[in-house]
Amino acid sequence: MGKTLFRKVWDLHEVVPEGPEGPAILYIDLHLVHEVTSPQAFDGLRMAGRAVRRPDRTLATVDHNVPTVGRERGIEDELSRLQVEALERNAREFGIPLFSLTSPRQGIVHVIGPELGFTQPGMTIVCGDSHTSTHGAFGALAFGIGTSEVEHVLATQTLPQGMPRTMRINFEGDLPRGVVAKDLILGAIGQMGVSGAQGHVVEYAGSAIRGLTMEGRMTVCNMSIEGGARAGMVAPDDTTFAYVEGRMAAPDDFAASVERWRELPSDPDATFDREMDVDVPSLAPQVTWGTTPGMVAPITGRVPTPEQYEDPTDQEAVRRSLEYMGLQGGEAMEDIAIDTVFLGSCTNGRIEDLRAAAEVVQGHSVKDGIRAMVVPGSMAVKAQAEEEGLDEVFRTAGFEWRDAGCSMCLGMNPDILEPGERCASTSNRNFEGRQGKGGRTHLVSPAMAAAAAITGHLVDVRTFDAALAGA
Amino acid sequence: MEPITIVRSKVAPLDRADVDTDQIIPKQFLKRVERTGFGEFLFFDWKNEDFYILDRPEYEGARILVAGRNFGCGSSREHAPWAIQDYGFDVVIAPSFADIFRTNCTKIGMLPVVLPDEDVRTIIQEAIDQPGTEMTVDLEECAVAFPDGRTVEFHIEDSVRDRLLNGWDDIGLTMLKEAEIGAYEAGRERQGPVTTVLL
Repeated sequence: MGKTLFRKVWDLHEVVPEGPEGPAILYIDLHLVHEVTSPQAFDGLRMAGRAVRRPDRTLATVDHNVPTVGRERGIEDELSRLQVEALERNAREFGIPLFSLTSPRQGIVHVIGPELGFTQPGMTIVCGDSHTSTHGAFGALAFGIGTSEVEHVLATQTLPQGMPRTMRINFEGDLPRGVVAKDLILGAIGQMGVSGAQGHVVEYAGSAIRGLTMEGRMTVCNMSIEGGARAGMVAPDDTTFAYVEGRMAAPDDFAASVERWRELPSDPDATFDREMDVDVPSLAPQVTWGTTPGMVAPITGRVPTPEQYEDPTDQEAVRRSLEYMGLQGGEAMEDIAIDTVFLGSCTNGRIEDLRAAAEVVQGHSVKDGIRAMVVPGSMAVKAQAEEEGLDEVFRTAGFEWRDAGCSMCLGMNPDILEPGERCASTSNRNFEGRQGKGGRTHLVSPAMAAAAAITGHLVDVRTFDAALAGA
Repeated sequence: MEPITIVRSKVAPLDRADVDTDQIIPKQFLKRVERTGFGEFLFFDWKNEDFYILDRPEYEGARILVAGRNFGCGSSREHAPWAIQDYGFDVVIAPSFADIFRTNCTKIGMLPVVLPDEDVRTIIQEAIDQPGTEMTVDLEECAVAFPDGRTVEFHIEDSVRDRLLNGWDDIGLTMLKEAEIGAYEAGRERQGPVTTVLL
């Protein structure tokens, strides 16, 4: 019987197979480290007198805590500063390369890995961050881990892992106009629920996935965790190879590497524990209305009411979400007015995302009273955007143009929502308080966020232009 | 980590599904670089909510937390299980757990117990209606004993169970495989990429 992409990558990395003593032990090719989930792991190493086994397979950056304006002043928040300094100290002590606050290569950990070429097909990649699944877009097995596991990988370059189940989500059909990668993954999560893929490694397949750029595939894989998946993967193909080629860390024997990578895609007769189909042609741009990423609807739809759900647990969850979100249930999605727009994050902070948003913004202005900010995913993305003049488009329209970091996706730095403030956000989580205590988040694609900034309410990016002209 | 065998205690209820780690320990507390002291910030933003009752005096000293499905979803922050453990819990019972959260629990000596929906519902209701009623979670027998004497078995991987029962250090166990790791690196390790070219 044929093997899945997942199983091929797993088998290449099995140091010790599963046995009576315990689960398999997997070798880790790349360990990405950031300031929030690592200090206790380094402390653990020190206390046990252990070294970092493979600093040459470890890469650190600061992203969660860093300010996105006024970096020349350093970090004003004392705890944030201490945490960044702890990573600087740890990286020095253990010999790990680090992009700190003022490095031109600094950025969100899941943006810099791919853009430097460190993320490659067939690798195992871990990081103390649930959105590590992003790197699966290259046909790598990439997943988030906790701090104890960070310490484990630092000490041994391996991880004990139980064998996950496999699931394939098939996206067949042409993308309708205005429907992009973000809508594919939000639509899939809406269909299967936030724990729909629990215990599974998901392979995203189908013509719509094959047609996506690497940026789009990264957006899809990024939100695997929002559907409960252990990891998400896309089969590597010519699109993947073209993206990796020429990047700083791309292999010297590139042609030979590509030949090996061509062996990775799932065999035609490989079977999955589960399959799910998403009807791509029927999708419209998606917007979340509640406090989990599964509470999502097409922009052309309405906010649901609790009574539309059968399960009492769901009814209660919807009631609570609507109350938190300040919604009645039943209103048209397009009638929801917003206060703020956040464009960025490891989900949608790449150059293609900024281009898509800038295309919508071009020739328009941010509506009066709306706070809108662009936070590039890395300083390299920022530099590239400036070279293309995108910063001018955003600035002229009234957007703030910031330095790179996680920023308002989770609000560990000063970029937060006030209680009750409503935000159209290109990030990945709409949990209660995620972007600031009492803040209300609507997850959307970059183009949808841009259109919302211009109109001041959630709006269908396919028709907002005509609506503006008619107004 | 501390071994865990049999826990007999009151049960504190959290009658909610899809509790994410942002609720368990909000982001402002992730800036600390210590591993301890997170307990006082557990569910910080929910402390004044009507449904949040597990901090009431009648649940003081409870070592078992019971909650709805998909507990611990979202961020991989181990600060979430640290906070729950530091607050005083040794066991969390739910119909399902998010994968990373569940793993994180088992790495720090806290036991995640998956029980069928209806059993969890019963436990939550009992904890709300008769606070202070004790239950027993027995990791040796992989069984939960209800106050009415009924017992329900639960599943946990043998290797995880052994590690929790004995309080073994996972890293130490893997280091016993040094020969295998060395052999992998010598013969099968992938060529690059090498990050230290950046130094």
